[in-house]
Amino acid sequence: MASLITCPHCGRRPREEFSIRGDAVPERPAPAASEEAWHAYVYLRENPRGKIREYWHHVAGCRRWLVVERDNLTHEVFAVTDARDMANGGAA
Amino acid sequence: MRYSALSILRHALSGNRGWKPAWREPQPKPHYDVIIVGGGGHGLSTAYYLAKEFGIKNIAVLEKGYIGSGNVGRNTTIVRSNYLLEGNIPFYEFSLKLWEGLEADLNYNAMVSQRGVMMLAHSDGQRDAFARRGNAMRMHGVDAELLDREDLQKMMPYLNYDHARFPIKAGLLQKRGGTARHDAVAWGYARGADSHGVDIIQHCEVSAIRRDDKGRVTGVETSKGFIGCNKLALATAGHSSETARMADLRLPIETHVLQAFVSEGIKPVIDNVIVYGGGHFYISQSDKGGLVFGADIDYYSSYAQRGNLAIVESTMEEGVSLIPGLSRLRVLRSWGGVMDMSMDGSPIIDRTPIENLYLNAGWCYGGFKATPASGFCFAHLIARNEPHHVARALRLDRFERGYAVDEAGKGPQPNIH
Amino acid sequence: MTSSRITNVGLVDHSRVVKFSFDGRTYKGFEGDTLASALLANDQMLMGRSFKYHRPRGPVTAGPSEPNALVTIGSHARTEPNTRATVAELYSGLVAKSQNAWPSLKFDIGSINGALSPMLGAGFYYKTFMWPAAFWEKVYEPVIRRAAGLGKAVLAADPDRYEKSWAHCDLLVVGSGPSGLMAALTAGRAGLRVILAEQDFRLGGSLLSETAMIGGVSAPDFASATLAELAAMPNVTIMPRTTVFGWYDDMVFGAVEKVQKHVAVPSADKPVERLWRIAAGRAILASGAEERPLVFGGNDRPGIMTADATRTYLNRYGVATGRKVAVFTNGGSGYRTAADLSARGVNIAAIIDSRAASSDFAPYGVRVIRSGSIVDTKGGKRLSGIMTNRFGYDEMIDCDALAMSGGWSPIVHLMCQRGAKPVWSEEAQAFLAPDVGPLFTAAGSAAGHATVSECLRDGAVKAHAAVEAVGRLVGHVNTPEVEGEYDPSFAPLWYVPGARAKAFVDFQNDVHVDDLALATREGFGHVEHAKRYTTSGMATDQGKLGNVNAVALLAGMRGVSPAEVGTTTYRPFYTPVSFGALAGTARAEQSRPIRTSPLHGWAKKNGATFLEAGLWYRSAYFVQGEEKTWRESVDREVLNVRQNAGLCDVSTLGKIEIFGSDAAEFLNSVYSNAFLKLPVGKARYGLMLREDGMVFDDGTTSRLSENHYVMTTTTAYAAEVMAHLEFAAQTFWPDLDVRFVSTSDQWAQMALAGPKSRTILQKLVEDDLSDASFPFLAAREVQLKGGLTARLFRISFSGELAYELAVPAGYGEAVADAIMEAGRDEGICAYGVEALDVLRIEKGHVTHSELDGRTTADDVGLGKMMSTSKPDFIGKRLSTRYGLTAADRLQMVGLKPVELDKPLKAGAALLREGVEPSMTAGQGFVSSACFSPHIGQWIGLAMLKSGRERIGEKILVWDAVRSSEFLAEVCAPVFVDPENLNLHV
Repeated sequence: MASLITCPHCGRRPREEFSIRGDAVPERPAPAASEEAWHAYVYLRENPRGKIREYWHHVAGCRRWLVVERDNLTHEVFAVTDARDMANGGAA
Repeated sequence: MRYSALSILRHALSGNRGWKPAWREPQPKPHYDVIIVGGGGHGLSTAYYLAKEFGIKNIAVLEKGYIGSGNVGRNTTIVRSNYLLEGNIPFYEFSLKLWEGLEADLNYNAMVSQRGVMMLAHSDGQRDAFARRGNAMRMHGVDAELLDREDLQKMMPYLNYDHARFPIKAGLLQKRGGTARHDAVAWGYARGADSHGVDIIQHCEVSAIRRDDKGRVTGVETSKGFIGCNKLALATAGHSSETARMADLRLPIETHVLQAFVSEGIKPVIDNVIVYGGGHFYISQSDKGGLVFGADIDYYSSYAQRGNLAIVESTMEEGVSLIPGLSRLRVLRSWGGVMDMSMDGSPIIDRTPIENLYLNAGWCYGGFKATPASGFCFAHLIARNEPHHVARALRLDRFERGYAVDEAGKGPQPNIH
Repeated sequence: MTSSRITNVGLVDHSRVVKFSFDGRTYKGFEGDTLASALLANDQMLMGRSFKYHRPRGPVTAGPSEPNALVTIGSHARTEPNTRATVAELYSGLVAKSQNAWPSLKFDIGSINGALSPMLGAGFYYKTFMWPAAFWEKVYEPVIRRAAGLGKAVLAADPDRYEKSWAHCDLLVVGSGPSGLMAALTAGRAGLRVILAEQDFRLGGSLLSETAMIGGVSAPDFASATLAELAAMPNVTIMPRTTVFGWYDDMVFGAVEKVQKHVAVPSADKPVERLWRIAAGRAILASGAEERPLVFGGNDRPGIMTADATRTYLNRYGVATGRKVAVFTNGGSGYRTAADLSARGVNIAAIIDSRAASSDFAPYGVRVIRSGSIVDTKGGKRLSGIMTNRFGYDEMIDCDALAMSGGWSPIVHLMCQRGAKPVWSEEAQAFLAPDVGPLFTAAGSAAGHATVSECLRDGAVKAHAAVEAVGRLVGHVNTPEVEGEYDPSFAPLWYVPGARAKAFVDFQNDVHVDDLALATREGFGHVEHAKRYTTSGMATDQGKLGNVNAVALLAGMRGVSPAEVGTTTYRPFYTPVSFGALAGTARAEQSRPIRTSPLHGWAKKNGATFLEAGLWYRSAYFVQGEEKTWRESVDREVLNVRQNAGLCDVSTLGKIEIFGSDAAEFLNSVYSNAFLKLPVGKARYGLMLREDGMVFDDGTTSRLSENHYVMTTTTAYAAEVMAHLEFAAQTFWPDLDVRFVSTSDQWAQMALAGPKSRTILQKLVEDDLSDASFPFLAAREVQLKGGLTARLFRISFSGELAYELAVPAGYGEAVADAIMEAGRDEGICAYGVEALDVLRIEKGHVTHSELDGRTTADDVGLGKMMSTSKPDFIGKRLSTRYGLTAADRLQMVGLKPVELDKPLKAGAALLREGVEPSMTAGQGFVSSACFSPHIGQWIGLAMLKSGRERIGEKILVWDAVRSSEFLAEVCAPVFVDPENLNLHV
C-alpha cells in the first residue's frame, strides 16, 4: 500500500506522489443536520484496526481525490476508486 | 529492595544472586477498586500515583503484552515543556517538574538528562513564532531563551550554516528539556507501583467491558477471565479507539504510525536535542552513543508498528540537510510506534459519558514527555472525579464546545498535527 | 607469526599487492581481500575493543554479522566509524584506525571496567548514580557518555555524491550463493526479468569458500561459470556490492549499492553509494545461514571465531587464522573446517566435540575429545590456550586460534520485517523463515537446507515456482552433482556448563550469560525485556550472531522452549545504511526544490535581497544608493508607495482558474461570504474557513466571464487551497459542473500601488483606466500597448490606489521593465515583501500571522464576512460553537508603543499593566509589527483578549525572550486612511 498505489487513472505510482487526508467514511451532513451529527462528522472517527477507507490525493499525478480501501494493519490494498465515483454511489 | 551504589556492591560480592524481581507476577484478584487497561508508561504511572499520592491501594494494571511494549519503549525519549498554548504549557511543565524529581521519587535511575532542547528557526516569521512561544513559556515560569545565529554557531558548530536551503536564523532553547531512558521509565513506575501494592498483570488482554443495566462499567472480560472493578481507566494510546469501542464510544482520534531511528553508536558529538524548523527532523544522542532521531509520520492510518521507505528517505534528507556531517554515519535500526492522533493534536484526560469509565488518550507523538503528568493527572481524576488543574483543558468535550487545543493550528485533520 | 597467508591459496589475487594502513602502520594485502582478511594475513588478530568492558577482540565472523572487528575507515570528511573490517573491501590507500580504545588498542585503560564487572551487570545504571541528584548530569552521565559509543564521528560536510534509483523486476534474488545462483539461473533462462543482488563485492556466497566439487568443477569455478551465463542474459541484472536492507509494502525492497566504497578517492562522476528501491513482482531470499558461536567461558578472546569464518579466511582468502587451531563443535561443521585446515597444512590442536559420538571424520592424526567442552581460555591480545573439560577432568591445550560451531541459523531477517515472526523448529534447532505468502519465499540455507546440493536444488525449485506463477515456461535446469558434501547435522548446545570466565552472548555489548540470568531473576525474562535490560542484540550487529543463543538461554533459564520465548522484532535495516545513501541528492541547497518567480530576474537586476518563503525566494527589499540597513530601504519603499508608486512582485500568490456552469455556486459554498452574484468583470475579497469554523485562507476571486473565475490564494496556502477545492468538488458536491487548474506558475503578477499608479499604468494599457471605467475591484482582461493581453485587477493590499497586473510568465520581466520605465518620471520604485508587510500592517490587513489556524473571522474583525443568509458554506455549521463565539476570545487590535522609540516585535506577549506575569494573566500577543515610516514609530497588530472593547487601554508589551518590556496603547487596527479614501480615487 504505502510504497505503491495503483491510481485508477495513472496506474501504479509511488507513495510520494500522494497526500493523505484521513478517514473517507464520514459523510458531510446536510446543513440543517443536528449539532451532534456535525460534531460527529468533523471530529469522531471509528478508527478501526483492519479494513478502512481513506482519502488519498494524487497530488503529483492526476490530482484526483481517491478513496483507498485498505487494511491498516497489513497494509494490503483492496481497491482504489476515484472519490467522485464513490461519492456518486459507485464502487463501495 | 532499595537500589543504591551500596546495594550494587553488596550484591556484587555475593555473585549478584540476591536480586529480587523488580515487580511481582500476581494472578488477578476477582475485583479491584481501579483497573487500568494498558501497562505502558501512562498506565503504570497512573497506577503509581493513584497508589502513592491518592491513597488507593486496590489497583490492577492489565497489559496485553509485556509492560512497556507500547510507545514508552519505542519513542525518541525527549522530555520538554516548550509548548505554546495555555491549555498545554502548565501540564507539560508539571510533567517536566515530575521528571526532575523522578529518580528520587522512584529510587530508579531513568537517566533523565536535561541536555537542553533547541528548536531552530529558519525564517523571520518562524523566529517570531518561537518568540511568542518562548514568551508564553516564560509567562508561566518555564525556562526559554531565544538565541541568535552566532550563539548557535558556538553551541552547535556542526549545523549547516553555510549551505542550507533554509538558513538557520535563531533557536529557542529550553535548557531544562532533554531526554530520559524510555524503557527505564516504564520499569521504574512498574517497580514503584508494585511496591505500593499495585497488581501488574502482564499478558492479560481485555476483550470486553462489562456494564450493568444502568450502563455503568462493572468490570472487564480478559484472557484471564472476568475481573470486576469500581472504576475502569483506559490508557491504551495507539489503540484507544479499539478499547473505547468496547464501551461503544467513538473518539476524536485516528491511529497513525511514526517511525524513529537510531544510528550506530559513536562517541559523543551532539549534546542537545535539536529540532529542525525547516522540516520535522529532530535528533539527540543517547548515553550509549546512538543518534536517536525521527521526523514525519507516515500520514496514512496504520496499526502496524512499521513504516515505509519514503518517510525513511525524507527523514534522512532533512537530517543531512541540517547536519551535513551525518552523511557518512550509518543508521542502524528503524521502528514504528502507532499513535492516537487526535483532532487538535492535544491529548485527552477526562471522564467519559459512561459512568465509571475514564479515558487517557490522544497523545499523538508527544506522549513520552507527558508520562509523569499524565499519570498524576489521570490518577487525580480517577481518585477525585475532577480534573487536575493543569489538565483542565484536555477535556473530551472540548471539540463539541469549540475549545480545541490546537498547537499547530491545523484544524480537525489528525495526520497533520 | 601465528595467523598467516598461505601461498597461492584462495580467490585473492596474489599477484596484485594492495597497500593499506591500520593504526598508522602500513601493511600489504592482495586484491580480493577484505580488511579483516588482510589484517589476519599480517598476523593482526586484535582489531577492536568491546563496548562495555573494553575487552580485546578479533573478528569472530568473516561477513556482515561481525560484532567485534569494527574500525574507522577514511579520514577527515570521509571518516566512517564502525566499519566492519570483515566486509570492507581492501583497496590501495585504505586508512583504518581502531576505535573505542585509549590510549591504544593494545593498552586500553577502559579495560579496567572488566575488573569492576561484578558491579556493572545488566542494568546496573538503573540502580545507582541517583545521589546526589545534581551529579547525574554533571558527573556520572558525562563519564558514561565518554566511555560509551564506538567510533568517533567527524561531522564534517561529505565531499561525495549519492543518488537514488528505482528498479523493477519480476524476480528479485537476494544473495548469490548456491541457491541464489540457481534461482537466478532458473528464472533467467525462463525469460523473467531478474535482479540478483549480493552484498559482497564478489558473487558466489558460500561457494567461494566451499571445497566440495560441483558438476565436476570447483565450487568457485561453478559460481563463475553460472555468473557468466547470467551476465550474458539481457533480462538479468547482477548487482554486486548491493545490500537489500529492507522489505517494505507492495514488494518494494530497499537496497544500497556501494559504488565507490572500494577506492581511496572516489571519482566525482559517480556516486559513492546508490539507493535502490526495487519494485519486485516476487522475491527469493537466498541469504544463507549464520553459524552460531558457542557460549562457553572465555569465548571472546581474539582468535576465537566461527568454524565457518575460519574456513572462509582459509579457502577464500588463503589465510590461516592460526598455526595451531583448535576446534570446538557440536556438529559436522567443525570437522569440515578441521579437514580444510589440515589439508592446507595447518596444525589442529584438537577437536572438542560436545557430542558423545558422531560419524564425522577427523583429519588423520587429529585428536578428538568427545563429550568435551571448553570452560575457560587464556591469552591476552590473542588466544594462547583452552581449558577443556571432559567428565570433570580439566586439560589445558595450547592453541593460537579456535574454530567454533554451535549450529546454524537461517538468515531470515528480511522476511520478518513486516510483522511475521520466525518459526522455531525443534528438528532444525533454529528459527525458520515464516510463511509470508507466495510472493516472497526463502531458498537454500535461508530456508533451513544445509548441504550444497540441497541448496542448489532448492534455489531451482523456488525459482521454478515463481516462473510458473507468472505463467512462463520453465527451461530445463539441471541441478549439478555435488561431491564431497559433509554431514551438516549438529546436536544443540546452547550453553557450555562449567564456565570459569564470562561466557559472552552478545560480543560487542559484552552481554554474558550472567547478565541474562540476572535479567531473568529480576523479572526481565521476556525476550524484549531481556534485550532492553541487558542490551543483548542492541549492538551494531543487531544480534545477528547472538540473538538465537540468547533466546535459547532465556528458554533454558525459564524452563520453556525457544518457541515460547520467541525472538525480538526484526526491523530494517538488515545491515546499517549510511544517512548519505538514504538522503541521496537532497542535501544542502538542494534539500528541497527552489521556486523562483517569473519576476526573479527583474527583482535581481533591481537590487533585490531575497528571502525564503516556503519553497519560494521572494524579493524582500531593494537596496538603493547609500542605504546601509534593510530598514532604510523598506522605509523608503513604503513612503514612496504612499507618495508616488511602487511595483511589487506578487507572482507567488496561488492562482487558480475555475471554470464551469456551477462555478458560482461552488465558490459560494467554499467562501464564507456571498459569491453567487459577483458580476462579470469584478473581483471580490473572500474568506475561506475550515469545516471547524476557523479561517483557512483568504484572497480575491474575480469573475472574468460568466463561467470563468480566477482565484488568488496566499503564497503559503496555494497548494492547500487547491487541494481543498478539489476535495470539496469531488466529494461534497460531485454533481456541480466545476473544474480547476492551478496557474500559479503560468502568470507573472505584479502589484502596482500608489497614487500615481494609474498614470503609470495608463501609459502601457490601451483600455481606459479612469475610475469610472475601471473602478475599485474591477477585474478584466486588458490590452497592453504592443498587443499583449493581460489581466488587470484593481485591488489593493497597501490601501493605496493599486492594481495587480498579470501577464503570461514569459512576458513578466519585459512588462515589469516597461512599467519601471513608464514610471520613472513618476518616481516609481520596486518594493519587496517587507514593505508590502508594512503597508498592510498600516492598513490592518491580515495575513497568516493573524490567521494562524486558531482565529475566527470575527477574531480578526471580519465577522461581517460570515454570510447569515447562505444555508451552507464550509465552516458555517461549527462556527457558532460556544468556544468560537466566547466574549474573551483574542481579537485583533492595533498597538502603538507609548514611547515613540520602543521597537515593537511580533511574538511579544501582552499583559495587564502592573500584573505579575503568569499564564492566566496573559492577555494575548503581538502578531505583526513593523516600523511605520508614515506614522513615525513602531506599530503592530495584536491578538488581545476581548480586544475590541479595549481601544485606548494601555497594555504591557512583555517580550522576555528578547529582554524588552514597555507600555503600548491599544488602538483600532488601521493606521492609515481609515475611511479608505485612497482606494477610490
